[in-house]
Amino acid sequence: MTSNQVLSEVEYDVVGKRPVRPDGVDKVTGRARYGDDTNLTGTLRARVLRSPHAHARIKSIDTSKAEAFPGVRAVITAKDLPFASLSKEELGGEYTSLKFASDHMMASDKTLFKGHPVAAVAAVNAHVAESAMALIEVDYEVLKPVVDVREAMQDGAPLLHEDLRTNDMGETGDKPSNIATHMSYSTGDLEKGFAEADLVMEKEYTTSTVHQGYIEPHNTTAFWNSDGQLDLWTSTQGSFQVRGTVATILRLPVSQVKVTPMEIGGGFGGKITAYLDAICAVLSKKTGAPVKALMTRTEVFEASGPAPASWMRVKIGVKNNGKMTAVETEMAMDAGAYPGSPVMQAIVCAFACYDVENGKVDGYDVVDNKPKTAAYRAPGSPQAAFAVESLIDEICGELKMDPIEFRLLNAAKEGTRRIEGLVARRIGLIECLEAARDHDHYKSKLDGSGGRGVACGYWPNRGFQSSVVMTVNYDGVVSLLMGSVDIGGTRASIAQQTAETLGIAYEDVKPTVVDTDSIGYTFITGGSRTCFATGLAAINAAEDVKSQMISRAAKIWDTNEDDIEYVAGVVQHKSDEELKLTFKDLARQLATTGGSVSGRASVDPSGEGNGHAVHIADVTVDPDTGKTDVTRFTAVQDAGKAVHPSYVEGQMQGGAVQGIGWALNEEYFFDDSGKMMNPTFLDYRMPTSLDLPMIDTVIVEVANPGHPYGVRGVGEAAIVPPMAAIGNAVSAATGNRMRSLPITPGKILEAGWENGKS
Amino acid sequence: MPGVTQVQTTLNGEVINFLCEPRQSLLEVLRDVLGMTGTKEGCNDGNCGACTIILDGIIVDSCLVLGVEAEGKDIMTIEGMASPEGLHPLQQSFLENAALQCGICTPGFLLASKSLLDQEPEADEGRIRHWLAGNLCRCTGYDKIVRAVMQVSKAK
Repeated sequence: MTSNQVLSEVEYDVVGKRPVRPDGVDKVTGRARYGDDTNLTGTLRARVLRSPHAHARIKSIDTSKAEAFPGVRAVITAKDLPFASLSKEELGGEYTSLKFASDHMMASDKTLFKGHPVAAVAAVNAHVAESAMALIEVDYEVLKPVVDVREAMQDGAPLLHEDLRTNDMGETGDKPSNIATHMSYSTGDLEKGFAEADLVMEKEYTTSTVHQGYIEPHNTTAFWNSDGQLDLWTSTQGSFQVRGTVATILRLPVSQVKVTPMEIGGGFGGKITAYLDAICAVLSKKTGAPVKALMTRTEVFEASGPAPASWMRVKIGVKNNGKMTAVETEMAMDAGAYPGSPVMQAIVCAFACYDVENGKVDGYDVVDNKPKTAAYRAPGSPQAAFAVESLIDEICGELKMDPIEFRLLNAAKEGTRRIEGLVARRIGLIECLEAARDHDHYKSKLDGSGGRGVACGYWPNRGFQSSVVMTVNYDGVVSLLMGSVDIGGTRASIAQQTAETLGIAYEDVKPTVVDTDSIGYTFITGGSRTCFATGLAAINAAEDVKSQMISRAAKIWDTNEDDIEYVAGVVQHKSDEELKLTFKDLARQLATTGGSVSGRASVDPSGEGNGHAVHIADVTVDPDTGKTDVTRFTAVQDAGKAVHPSYVEGQMQGGAVQGIGWALNEEYFFDDSGKMMNPTFLDYRMPTSLDLPMIDTVIVEVANPGHPYGVRGVGEAAIVPPMAAIGNAVSAATGNRMRSLPITPGKILEAGWENGKS
Repeated sequence: MPGVTQVQTTLNGEVINFLCEPRQSLLEVLRDVLGMTGTKEGCNDGNCGACTIILDGIIVDSCLVLGVEAEGKDIMTIEGMASPEGLHPLQQSFLENAALQCGICTPGFLLASKSLLDQEPEADEGRIRHWLAGNLCRCTGYDKIVRAVMQVSKAK
């Protein structure tokens, strides 16, 4: 049986190999220092008082009893934040964005979700802070909440923000609404496209709010020194993002804030937003001591940023031969308390796997009384793919067409125009579909009781800014400094690209993730950008090192730089074969030829290569209980070039399993008051080792022309296909089409009872 | 303020004494009193296994044990798994198999896996999946973790 395959076209010395990660030993021995492992002398502990109501007006807060509690050093409310003392006139156009940012961190007038911070306590330990918190008296006027995206869109729905007007393609609405934005794109002639179709199908789909489920809760330690310098040690995907948010909320110049990114225990997009940092900073300023906070798991569920629930309508027209003629969708996603759901990504990703002439997409970004959603791995695209890929499976059933052949017939390729205009560069969807079709899994026979499903997925991948500095030590080892946080192999993959470019051994590159004062601006580790963009920065910095090493050799040999070349880690004279120095030998002479050599690069690349994935899922469904078991799963994905194939496989397997959880188990249950009923890992059930088979992988390598080694990025596309693949497999197994996530045993049994096919 | 209790216990082979409040969990004692931060907090309610330790030969979630209950017990944490001679074979196998991404669940998985193989050196894939079901990993999909443990298991 196959397990992990890599379909490589180009081999390199270090890129594409599987060395042990540089941070590995620290992480298997418990020595690695994560955010909550920060312990400065005299650190106080903070706890955050949160709203018990999903929608309420704060009438008054009395903190006097908590302040008098023994062991308490400070209590803050939104009154202690700069926003409280700034007028609408002073802030002008900045007013709404600062109000949203400041209020999200700590509510000043209304609480908009259960768990919304209203006050915080710093005390000698967390138990004392917790006890004191219970003494804070908040007088609320409880308001009617709305926690369903379609209900929130209705006229007469409870309004979250009195000032919010719909931005409808640039036009501002005339009355308050929970619909923050309506966006719409079209291409070709939709009516003509549907008229040409032999078969038109249209269905509706829903998905529930889900959480990224990182195992490490949010945490931070802040110390606001008496010289005005604010230091933060935190668990984040983006140290510069935290710096920016904190500086904005606290009205500080960014250079007055230094963020040290500690090791991070998972993020998946959920650790971009800074929840605790500014709170701890203000408490630190009030007490003069370092202040640390760690969320409970329930706080993580209720008050960090899950992925939105969605409602989606999809309509597709096809010819009898399977050729798609027109596509249309309308998608609404709930952003939670403040605008900003990923519905824009959802509508542009929805049909990005297909080359269709005529299409129209509409998206609605809607606020409701849930925690403000955050990014979750390919934000928006998984929900959209569940809808589109499920409908395509139904169409294949109607046409009696093989689902991979259907997709091959319609697949996007180089030059395919995405509905809003982005044109695909060289992409590997067809290669992925062919690899899936030819895979032993797809060719194998299913046993009688099971079902098989396939689905495609897309994520554009990202570029954005990255900075790298590297220094050549006199023993020839290169110290590599980067701003990109390492969530799962970044040090290794950037060190590999550095070693490859310099022609030196992987072991001779020592990567370190540094703080915001020690490196240039670097965007988040996320969006499937880091291996690509920070990799490019490292390659450019290594080229900088190479040219400086050539200058040193020219000095030693008293010759012209143009006569020297750098080949595979050796600096050599182009015509005099006697003149030749290895990287190490030349490094030993740096001290006497002008001192150390440092290379540096800051990049903001635009050559990211779009990512595609194809998943095959086999399931069995217990006819008595409705329980679905995944019996075999294969993930195929175009990595461009897998720098470290083991960690690429890890991304593919991890994404697939998060998707399996999203498909079958995971959802926030809200009661009518807007309270989440299952805010623990016991009741929010993520997949365990016992629920899963091995996840087979095929890494397809269609080089990205925008990167010297062809790297694309792999983290996101991996979570896009699983929900539809599982749904399609369940449909094949039971004869009932599931259009609502998660596909729980209850929904499967009910569908069977309704259709008489149980 | 609650009073403190003196507790004597064996931690990674050494007899130690510490003071703790009756309400402090063993997890909190390990991290905040003893500075042993290799044991991780993921949920503090016994559902994720990140704080797994071996207590008198049995794996437990240290968030579900009180510090005072450690009196007279023998505790092993991740800090005690490697020896001066080198890594435990499971630690080495996790590295070679890329069985960790973010690494926050890794100490718990390593101790749980060690506990399994100490008792059942020939555990197979099914047994490993069953045993490790009390430890959540959100990064890997478990595939490489299970393979890393299988590589050390003597099962053929």
